[in-house]
Amino acid sequence: MSSEWPLWEIFIRSQHGLAHKHVGSLHAVDAQMAIRNARDVYTRRNEGISIWVARSADIHASSPGDKEALFEPSNDKVYRHPTFFPMPDDVKHI
Amino acid sequence: MDDDPRLFDYVLRLADNGVVLAQRLGEWVGKGPALEEDIALTNVGLDLLGQGRMWLAYAREIEARYAPPGRGEDALAFLRDGGEFRNLLLVEQPNGSYADTMARQFLFDQWHLMLLGALAGSKDERIAAIAAKAGKEVRYHVERSADWTIRLGDGTELSHRRMQDAVDALWMYTGEMFAVDAIERGLVAAGVAADAASLQGPWRSAVAAVFDEATLAMPGDGWMQGATGRGGKQGIHTEHLGHMLAEMQIVARSHPGARW
Repeated sequence: MSSEWPLWEIFIRSQHGLAHKHVGSLHAVDAQMAIRNARDVYTRRNEGISIWVARSADIHASSPGDKEALFEPSNDKVYRHPTFFPMPDDVKHI
Repeated sequence: MDDDPRLFDYVLRLADNGVVLAQRLGEWVGKGPALEEDIALTNVGLDLLGQGRMWLAYAREIEARYAPPGRGEDALAFLRDGGEFRNLLLVEQPNGSYADTMARQFLFDQWHLMLLGALAGSKDERIAAIAAKAGKEVRYHVERSADWTIRLGDGTELSHRRMQDAVDALWMYTGEMFAVDAIERGLVAAGVAADAASLQGPWRSAVAAVFDEATLAMPGDGWMQGATGRGGKQGIHTEHLGHMLAEMQIVARSHPGARW
């Protein structure tokens, strides 16, 4: 029966986290059930305060084969990193 | 306090509902219709077991006041015979199909939520505190079981039939939830227990609303098991409880005092 249920990707925002983080996937017949199941499968140990679910089929991913074309060009462009700016001493928490 | 033996009995009723239903739900472990459902149902079972423990701990304290030292939590759960259990007949009914389990759960959860809501205003501080804590868990339980009642009731032809059959078969055990006997009457008058009879109207409306959405027919009120002062709350059980307790208590009884 479970093989007929669509797969959902689960994202949880933890107590201290600012963003929802991918924690895994599970099966459910619709979004409401996916959220409930996520509550039971992924937040049993007080992990989260907010849940997002998305149909796995709706997530489009970059192809591992494109890795070089996509990501290598930025390797030798260190000047794009914000490390070359002098920070004023008075500015904190950056 | 003169009321202590009655209070002990009343708290046992609350405790045993949790302990017995938790054991029933535990029987589904590894056999749920989907891995996610298996975990979710077990979570509900563990919630109920936790609540059962809180009630048993309080029962122990009450018993210690008039019959020291009082039995411990483990002794109360694992060394009492069927006739000493005070749970509702409804919660000891066998799991059956998933529809049977969900029907039993929904009928109980809806009542449980309302009962705990009333108990949260108990004059007995311990009862009020445990009820308030348990109520938060049970709000989720009833959401889940109502959801499944609707999904199965308003599902396929087969799931609808099974859900309707389940509700029809369990209906005769629902009357006991609202039956008030002498023990409860005295505690209700003292502001300690909840007046279960007053919950019947609201419970019926809530159940009817879910059944309506689930396209289920409300069963007729025929003979109600245990509603005349001779039921689970008085220790007179269906034949299912003994078999269930045999499995639940075998380890504790075979190895008295064992620790792990």
